[in-house]
Amino acid sequence: MDDSVVIAGFGGQGVVLAGKILAQAGMNHGLEVTWLPSYGPEMRGGTANCTVVLSNDPVGSPIVDSPTGLIALNLPSLDKFEPTVAANGVIIMNSSLIQRRTKRRDVRSFSPALNDLARKAGSEKATNMIALGAYIKVTGIIPLSTVQTAMAQMLKKEGKDKFIPLNRKALQEGYDALHE
Amino acid sequence: MGERLLLRGNEVIAEAAIRAGCQCYFAYPITPQAELLQHMAVNMPRLGRTFVQAESELAAINMVYGAASAGVRTMTSSSSPGISLKQEGISYLAGSSLPAVIVNIMRGGPGLGDIAPSQCDYFQATKGGGHGDYHMIVLAPSTVPEAGQLTMLAFELADRYRTPVMLLADGMLGQMMEPVELPKPIEISSLPKKEWATDGAKGRNPNIVLSFDLDPEVLKQMNLILQKRYRQIEAEEVRYEETATGDADIAIVAYGTVARIAKTVVKMARAEGIKLGLFRPITLWPFPGQALRKLSEKIAIVLTVEMSAGQMWEDVRLAIAEQAETPFYGEMGGVIPTPQRILSEVKKHAG
Repeated sequence: MDDSVVIAGFGGQGVVLAGKILAQAGMNHGLEVTWLPSYGPEMRGGTANCTVVLSNDPVGSPIVDSPTGLIALNLPSLDKFEPTVAANGVIIMNSSLIQRRTKRRDVRSFSPALNDLARKAGSEKATNMIALGAYIKVTGIIPLSTVQTAMAQMLKKEGKDKFIPLNRKALQEGYDALHE
Repeated sequence: MGERLLLRGNEVIAEAAIRAGCQCYFAYPITPQAELLQHMAVNMPRLGRTFVQAESELAAINMVYGAASAGVRTMTSSSSPGISLKQEGISYLAGSSLPAVIVNIMRGGPGLGDIAPSQCDYFQATKGGGHGDYHMIVLAPSTVPEAGQLTMLAFELADRYRTPVMLLADGMLGQMMEPVELPKPIEISSLPKKEWATDGAKGRNPNIVLSFDLDPEVLKQMNLILQKRYRQIEAEEVRYEETATGDADIAIVAYGTVARIAKTVVKMARAEGIKLGLFRPITLWPFPGQALRKLSEKIAIVLTVEMSAGQMWEDVRLAIAEQAETPFYGEMGGVIPTPQRILSEVKKHAG
């Protein structure tokens, strides 16, 4: 297995945390992983993004020319990364903020209204977890329960225990929102 | 097997330093090595060890000089512009035969540059960024676990040879997370006593730690001692790794994060029928020139790839001379060469 995903959005949409949770889940699942943030000026305005590579073998390059997956939480992120996605890859695009459809015909694309789903789950701040739940549903790379555990682990590490129930619900809602 | 943890390169270097018995850490904050300092700020006082956020890089490196003179394991860390400020102190450490570890998480330069990953401090690290005839051992990790292992080794080598050792990595390795099993902590009390340390002369003759002598003949002798030590390090401490070089027609020479990107390129190239290998220096000084020379006797094209304008390339050409073709591909300013970009360079030369 060789899965690489770019998670991108506005600063504050939680792309960095979503990536960390996916990487932690991958590691817990017995995979080799890398998590690489874009820590440059992109962190302030524009788009923030991170790249997660999951593999059965030791990971060489943590940067990827053609990711097998893209989670685009806003339009600038879709514009920037849509052309790079590998053929037969997966794009999750946030239709709450993105009005257009994908230009790619050679990928599987899904357009859940992530912000709306997050609001229903309890808070728009959980948009990233809705997205992550949806991504693991359509790719099937890691079981939801493993991601749930990784999320709790990561939030605990960052001293944000009180947000675990909300994020658990959001992961589940995101997972249930899409059908493979 | 120890527990696998998902950690940043910066955190792992800091934690490995603690496990190597670093008792005093001094630094001034700078991106992209901030998490290293943060980890030390949280954990050193908790262990009853010394953490000082100094008022400047100059202050920090001179605090390192003091701690090293007193015989304890000590470290400072910074990123490119901050390392430039430390150069005077590094020269003094070398001149005084003091063991210390200096971490440089490189960013784009010259000048204030940017905060993106770069390898543009190779000259400064390997050719003596400060004044005088000196060298540092320079270790270049290419993965997060290796950053931990080489940090442990840096302390060991610093003590063994009484020399400053630099861990040279870049912002990408500092910032990225990867699973790691942390190295086992060493027992500080088990370390050999440093008989030369200025740790109190009660009941013995005073020790003197100094890089100064106005008598040229005496200073020459001091230099000869350093040079003898450097020859010994060159003979005993060269480290490198070869990947898929056995049947290769073309090889990449790369270190640090570029080398790990190149490992992906080796797979991609071989999937297309190009017999590509990789030679990865782990010690940048001493540079594995002889091993590279030997490799070039059976491989016609040796492509150097760096995030610089070709700094290590000079050492590669010095080693290989006319033995093989030695093309170069580099990126500057914080731009990272992607696997595809490197592969297209390989194809240019592989014919």
